[in-house]
Amino acid sequence: MSAIDTENNVATRVYRIEVHPAEVADDPVGRSVLHEARELHLAEALREVRSARLYLIETTLSETDIDQVARELLADPVNQRPVIGSTEPADGAQLVEVHYLPGVMDPVAMSTHDAIVEMLGPRAAGCEVRTGYRYDMIGAGRDEAERIAGAMLANPVVQSVSFEPFAPEAFVKGTPYELNLTHVPIRELDDEGLMKMSREAHLFLSLEEMRCIRDYYRDADRMPTDVELETLAQTWSEHCVHKTLKSRISYTEGERRFSDAGDTGNAGSDIDWSSRPNHTVNDDGTVTIDNLLKSTIAAATFELTSDGVDWCISVFEDNAGVIAFDGTDAVTFKVETHNHPSAIEPYGGAATGIGGCIRDTMGTGLAAKPIANTDVFCVADPQWDRAKLPKGVLHPRRVLKQVVAGVRDYGNRMGIPTVNGAVWFDDRYLGNPLVFAGSVGLIPRDMAFGEVQPGDRIIVLGGRTGRDGIHGATFSSAELTDTHADEFSHAVQIGNAITEKTCLDVILQARDHASGCLYNAITDCGAGGFSSAVGEMGEKIGAYVELEKAPLKYEGLSYTEIWISEAQERMVLSVPPEKVAAVTALAEAEGVEWCDLGHFGTDDAELVLTYENTEVGRLSMKFLHEGIPQPTRQATWAGQSKIGNRKSEILDAPIDRLLVKLLSHPNIASKHWIVRQYDHEVQGGSVVKPLAGPNGDGPGDAAVLRPKLDSDRGVALSVGLCTAFGDVDPYWMTLASIDEAVRNAVCVGADPSKIAILDNFCWPSCDAPENLGSLVRAAEACYDGAKAFRTPFISGKDSLNNQFTTESGETIQIPPTLLISAMGIVHDTARCVTMDAKAAGNYLFQVGVTTNQLGGSHLQLVTGQGSTDVPRVDLAKAPAQLATVAKLIAEGLVASAHDCSDGGMLVAAAEMAFAGGLGVDLDLTAVPREGELTDLAACYAETPTRVLVEVTAEHYDAVVKALQGTGVPFGELGQFNDSTRLTARGNNGPLVDASLDDLRNAWLKPLDW
Amino acid sequence: MNAKPKTLILRTAGINREGDLIRAFELAGAETLTVHLHALIDDPSPLETCDILGLPGGFSYGDDIAAGRILANRIRHRLLPAIRGFVAAGKPVIGICNGFQVLVKTGLLPGFEEDADASPQRVTLTDNALPRFVNKWVELDVQSETRCIWTRGIERIECPIAHGEGRFVAPPQVLDRLETNGQVALRYATNPNGSDRDIAGICDPTGLVFGLMPHPEDNIHPTHHTAWTTGLDTTATSGLRLFENAVQYAAERVAQPASNA
Repeated sequence: MSAIDTENNVATRVYRIEVHPAEVADDPVGRSVLHEARELHLAEALREVRSARLYLIETTLSETDIDQVARELLADPVNQRPVIGSTEPADGAQLVEVHYLPGVMDPVAMSTHDAIVEMLGPRAAGCEVRTGYRYDMIGAGRDEAERIAGAMLANPVVQSVSFEPFAPEAFVKGTPYELNLTHVPIRELDDEGLMKMSREAHLFLSLEEMRCIRDYYRDADRMPTDVELETLAQTWSEHCVHKTLKSRISYTEGERRFSDAGDTGNAGSDIDWSSRPNHTVNDDGTVTIDNLLKSTIAAATFELTSDGVDWCISVFEDNAGVIAFDGTDAVTFKVETHNHPSAIEPYGGAATGIGGCIRDTMGTGLAAKPIANTDVFCVADPQWDRAKLPKGVLHPRRVLKQVVAGVRDYGNRMGIPTVNGAVWFDDRYLGNPLVFAGSVGLIPRDMAFGEVQPGDRIIVLGGRTGRDGIHGATFSSAELTDTHADEFSHAVQIGNAITEKTCLDVILQARDHASGCLYNAITDCGAGGFSSAVGEMGEKIGAYVELEKAPLKYEGLSYTEIWISEAQERMVLSVPPEKVAAVTALAEAEGVEWCDLGHFGTDDAELVLTYENTEVGRLSMKFLHEGIPQPTRQATWAGQSKIGNRKSEILDAPIDRLLVKLLSHPNIASKHWIVRQYDHEVQGGSVVKPLAGPNGDGPGDAAVLRPKLDSDRGVALSVGLCTAFGDVDPYWMTLASIDEAVRNAVCVGADPSKIAILDNFCWPSCDAPENLGSLVRAAEACYDGAKAFRTPFISGKDSLNNQFTTESGETIQIPPTLLISAMGIVHDTARCVTMDAKAAGNYLFQVGVTTNQLGGSHLQLVTGQGSTDVPRVDLAKAPAQLATVAKLIAEGLVASAHDCSDGGMLVAAAEMAFAGGLGVDLDLTAVPREGELTDLAACYAETPTRVLVEVTAEHYDAVVKALQGTGVPFGELGQFNDSTRLTARGNNGPLVDASLDDLRNAWLKPLDW
Repeated sequence: MNAKPKTLILRTAGINREGDLIRAFELAGAETLTVHLHALIDDPSPLETCDILGLPGGFSYGDDIAAGRILANRIRHRLLPAIRGFVAAGKPVIGICNGFQVLVKTGLLPGFEEDADASPQRVTLTDNALPRFVNKWVELDVQSETRCIWTRGIERIECPIAHGEGRFVAPPQVLDRLETNGQVALRYATNPNGSDRDIAGICDPTGLVFGLMPHPEDNIHPTHHTAWTTGLDTTATSGLRLFENAVQYAAERVAQPASNA
């Protein structure tokens, strides 16, 4: 690229502008970098960090123009100082500069470009902007600066680091693409050749699938083009088609072996296989399951809907599940995972995770309006020894900080409240952290379905297409290794929330247009990009696509790259030709880019891809969507427990010391550090906030919001996550998770007969029969739990290759992780309750029995004392028990309610007390039990289905009568009081006398980052 | 029957709390008209037909470069005289969060008398002392000596903040002048972001143009307050009264148009 604009003969050059704080002392960013570097012990000699924002502008503009841009646009006249060029490092500081790599989405650069053009007019057109940060590290040497940059400031996947002022003479440019139609000789390949191709071309298809494709092209008597193969790989990826969950499975149960001799706790955990839909018990004792998803999770929903559950509107079909909210509107819910991108680039991975999930909401029915986000993270110990970090792995503390920042920056900018979530810590997530992102939407009931019509134009709204995110779908379906960060950097994406927000603004106007909805169907470009979006929308009628029509971020993309790019913030609408002008007028009024990519409907329902009038691909939709071979997969379950293999800290502490220890366990400790970074009030519907109590120092059980500001009807959102039980048996883990999610929603006032749930399975490789076996058990529990609680599954997503292989070949499998998310209807939000204790003199009841089963409890996690005796949900009793609690709340008889789960009863009681600023005195012998119960279990067992409720003297009799009337076991544990202490006495007298301030601090401090 | 005062709600790419603000004005008795910046630049006539102007919260243009900076520049280049005319006509303006950042960066606040032509930026809203986004509830004390028409008769408001760049910063002499001139309308009871002199909101010398970082529009319903489940009377510190004040002011102005010349 010449540095001379030949047409006007004006030299282009790159200006460098530094924006410094006007006062050295007024530099919060520099201070925060210094603080973090010290926290991480990265540079003991570092005394001070000074930050500056950098802008590189490649333009023909004069220095006078640039000076005006710097003063009027880039620097704040009150507290900043612009410098054109480079300043000398301060006080002999070592310089660190961080710049985005060329081609990486840089929203600030895009906005700056637009603002310069607006400010200076046409003469600024054609300018290009890149941005970066400069840090002057005072007191640090080059080595320390490199360490800080590597550990905190830059990720080489998307950013470059420079130790001197970065001032390129010209920006790197793409070169124009010239059509180069590529055919792939697959027909001649043997098994070895097929697998080599699958691996090297990053198709990640199995041998059987590769053979199937080869045979298809042998029959068709032609070679596939590269874009056809890519389309098949994307569409057949685990990520897109859930082939494991949908496959036929042969399940074998081995003999049980427990690590703890004499432990018989789970001897009765056998599943009754006899009467399950599409399950065949064979003579040899094996069970054949035809389509696991359909035969368990979906089966429960369909059985429930044919048995009186009449409020499901759309399940498993669309981008999100849809249930009735009131007479006119419906609510939608979708939860996604974005694990592998987040492992490599946590900030961008999490941001695009939530961004993609929000697009699912926008692509549900004829577009739902996003009204809430949820997020759950699973990471390793944030105190992990930095020196023992395997190659290719980011430190867990950094991962957590950056995934939170990613969700924060995307959700907050979109103006969607992030209201509920959880974090689970386990060292097996070291190389493969989990990021779950959920999105809730509101949609008119009569807009819940769309259908593509032949002749509709394929209109794309939103972001431009670039090389970012290529192979995301196939990459997410593969296993992570230490070299993935290098190999798959192109699968990583950075989002631009404002592009998505403007897209949403346009879509809602088009949906609610005075003349009726302007389009027939809508979906988002997620994994697989256009290939999945257009491929799915045109599944029944075909599509004709002109790939050169897509606006590109930069030159040089091939037709295949355009087709499979996962560039963010793009929505695909199926628009009748006569309405295209109205849609595009709305887009242009809001400054949203659009293109017309072709049309739906072809003669043979084929997918036809062209580039500049040359056909580059032609595939039968039938083969694309139904051609994938369905092998039988082997699943085994030997009943082996993993408890005892984990890191443990043997601790023989008395009950009061354990209370502090448990409140400080990171799973239980306050997540205010995260919650406070999310806007949970925006949209004005907040009823029950994530942190409860007048001072916001109690862990709310679930969030409640009013999606319609003129109505007091609400939606409750909660999660259940009981990963530790899964080390013994995923069946009981799953039931506990469903129970917990439902219980959390009930505790704030949701109607338990109107709760829908979602499943997100994150498993290690299910090519291993024992992992598939544990997945089967979890799925069977989903069926049993959903049916018993009458909580239909409405949507779900799985991620089944979550393990990390280190440089030395060791594979770390994540623990089988099932997130259950629940969404429940609240009839009258004025009746909602929170978990903070309300008044001295009020009584504290425990509803539900406690058992001595301590397996998988947090007590076990902190003491390391092992047991495989995990608690079990009693499906015969649990639903009625929670319904009773719900009824008490609905009748206004309960002052506060708190679910009794992680950490057990004493932890829950302590949380209620300090959140309400009240003391509490407890009698452990009043804890409901069946048979004998130890004081330890009374305090810390995590028996499911238990709720603590606070009752006033006024309602005491009514509550007791109601509980007795339904036969639900309950006990009166004690009263709240005006003291500042939590006291408890057990079988042999006083056991705990603790200061509430100490307990609150134990809970607040561990993650107070 | 008297027509309701009409509030013009200005939105653009990245504005996201317009729904909250619309609800607040409607509950306060106003009608609302929501207009995109592009449309208002093309046709500024709604500024003549509307009685109140509201700049809602959000992340205009992503808050790229700095919060509110790009929107402020666009207004400065395309719309400033029209908005000045709106204020000169005696009509109230509120900017909340991003709207406050925009009012400050266009120079409409503090809007000292001598600034009318050049509209220099005198104060700023910048990175919180802990430089990241924070959402929490705050207590706000209305300054008794303020000339702000929005806060009349109110002593305390409780509502959430939700911002990453809400630290109010100004040179000492400007701060002094704001104080002496009754332009400091709201202070934080407990400073959440390092703002100079705990300032949460200021007004212009006419008292009509009001900007604040916290979100009074998110405490207008009985179940908004953090402590509503305790049975606390939350109406005493509701944010709604701010909007009612402006709507009442506008209604009176409409009733006596001659007095606003």
